[in-house]
Amino acid sequence: MAIDSVSATPAVAAPAPSRPCKPGRGGASRRPSHWWVPWAFAAPGLILFAMTTGYPLIRSLQISFYKWSVLPTQASTFIGADNYLRALGDAQFWTSLANAGVYLLMTVPATVAIGLFFAILLHAKIPGRTTFRVLFYIPVVTSWVVVSLLFKFLFTTDDGAINWFLTDFLHVTQQGVPWLEQRWTALIAVSVLGVWKNLGWCLVVFLAALGGVGEELYEAASLDGANAWHKFVNVTLPGIRGTLLFVTVLQVIGAFNVFPSVLLMTNGGPAGSTEVPLTYMYKQAFSFLDFGYGSAMSFILAIFIFVVSYLQFKFLGEKKEMVK
Amino acid sequence: MTRTELMTRRADASQLQPRDAPARRLNVWAILRLAAVVGGALMMIAPFLIMVSTSLEPNTATLPNPPHFLPQGVTTSNYEEAWNGNDFAGYFFNSTYVSVLTTVAVVVISSLTAFAFARFDFPGKNFVFAVLLAGLMIPGIVVIVPQFVLAKSLGMLDSLDGLVFFYTAGQIAFTTFLLRAFFERVPRELDEAMTVDGAGIMRKFLVLYVPLARPALATAAVFSFLGSWDEYVWALTVISDASKRTLPLGIAAFQGEHGTAWGLVFAASTMAVLPVIAVYVAGQKHLISGITAGAVK
Repeated sequence: MAIDSVSATPAVAAPAPSRPCKPGRGGASRRPSHWWVPWAFAAPGLILFAMTTGYPLIRSLQISFYKWSVLPTQASTFIGADNYLRALGDAQFWTSLANAGVYLLMTVPATVAIGLFFAILLHAKIPGRTTFRVLFYIPVVTSWVVVSLLFKFLFTTDDGAINWFLTDFLHVTQQGVPWLEQRWTALIAVSVLGVWKNLGWCLVVFLAALGGVGEELYEAASLDGANAWHKFVNVTLPGIRGTLLFVTVLQVIGAFNVFPSVLLMTNGGPAGSTEVPLTYMYKQAFSFLDFGYGSAMSFILAIFIFVVSYLQFKFLGEKKEMVK
Repeated sequence: MTRTELMTRRADASQLQPRDAPARRLNVWAILRLAAVVGGALMMIAPFLIMVSTSLEPNTATLPNPPHFLPQGVTTSNYEEAWNGNDFAGYFFNSTYVSVLTTVAVVVISSLTAFAFARFDFPGKNFVFAVLLAGLMIPGIVVIVPQFVLAKSLGMLDSLDGLVFFYTAGQIAFTTFLLRAFFERVPRELDEAMTVDGAGIMRKFLVLYVPLARPALATAAVFSFLGSWDEYVWALTVISDASKRTLPLGIAAFQGEHGTAWGLVFAASTMAVLPVIAVYVAGQKHLISGITAGAVK
């Protein structure tokens, strides 16, 4: 929502108050009777926003250059870029970034692909379509706390539901897997939750996008002898390319921001091996009260996310133009 | 290929193809498709079935093997114990208080803000709106440290009203964006007709714009309620007094303290999830329109 919405901002600059108003849609009434009227309406929202987002953002940048003291009696000392340099040399920070990368690779392609798969199935006139859409979406509206604890339970080593399924139902292993007690299996468990929880959101967005692909394009393709796969590649994918990009970018951002599930399922353990950037940052800030270091890491992560999103729009977005 | 050309082709197709042949082939596909969707939906729901079953069964030292998708030996003791013996009644009240107040505040404040941007032309409007939208893209965690410092200096740590304040502030940008688009679609003629009748701007807002935007207000309300009800990280950061916990905080803390009392954990979880599902199912239509508002062009 966030990113795409930028393009919804009107490109036309607001006319200066002295200028006669735009004819047609505008009409004289778009001009406020006094200059302060719109500001009075917008004030409560803008003040709240400035207080809790604008000001903290600047403050966060400031804090990141200090050895910040949480005690009001002690002075904070300016240490320049030390917090940033410390993060770059901190092996645990790199491990946490790598874990987020692994989580991204395990969740984003799967979530997008499976979400699209079910969206296409639901797009056809299927009985009980609305009910299915509701069922797929329930994990999305459920609290991360509830589903994280639920998956922690399902991934229990002794007699957990997942181990029962693998040993006694599928017979692929003899012994239960100690899922949350070692790095890679724990990352898999957290990723399974990630896919399961975000699938419904992708599905709903794709379903809306599929509604906008012209039915006549499919019929024309049929007449040209296209099979289902050709139609998918040549009609469906180009038709929803913009949405596909949007969903992928948001899922990638979400993957870098993975947090409550890791906190509650492994708490970064064993021995910090499943730490992700936000769990590590949060611990530095609120367990060790190193606000400066926590802020510096959050800025590095934000810049990283921004660059990755920009690159995705740049490289994947261009193909959109080629299709048109 | 032009549209007319396509339509001609379509007309040809209906003449050429016998009606029943594709219909029969479709049936096989339709059954496979339905089977796949049912299978997928079961995967989505199965964890919840296990959760509810566990909550309705007596607590045991070891987990049932195989897991129970339906409860065996139903008892409500976990619910009674969670509600009465473990303060979940209090957490439920706290969550309700915070979510309802936040929802009201968000809807009122963001409709005023959105109205200003939708109804008026004024200098700086596009710049300020772009800043608001940019705020949507900042991951919440980047500002959590200074927000904590701010909450502390405002005396809003360990306070439910403090939660309402920060939840409201955090949701304003998105709901303003949502409502602005809706207010812009209110016909100018109606607005001008009210001017002729001598109505002031506040009256127009209350009598014309707000009633017409009711579906969008419902969307904003559903988002706001669910967002506040499910929120965990900020509450974890600012609430330390056990009596001020919201449900997610209470559930997580309880699991941390009584690791294996899953029946109790899931009784509390089920009670936390039921209002969410009720709000979601009731506001389903509105929620979907909000999700897809920015995403699909």
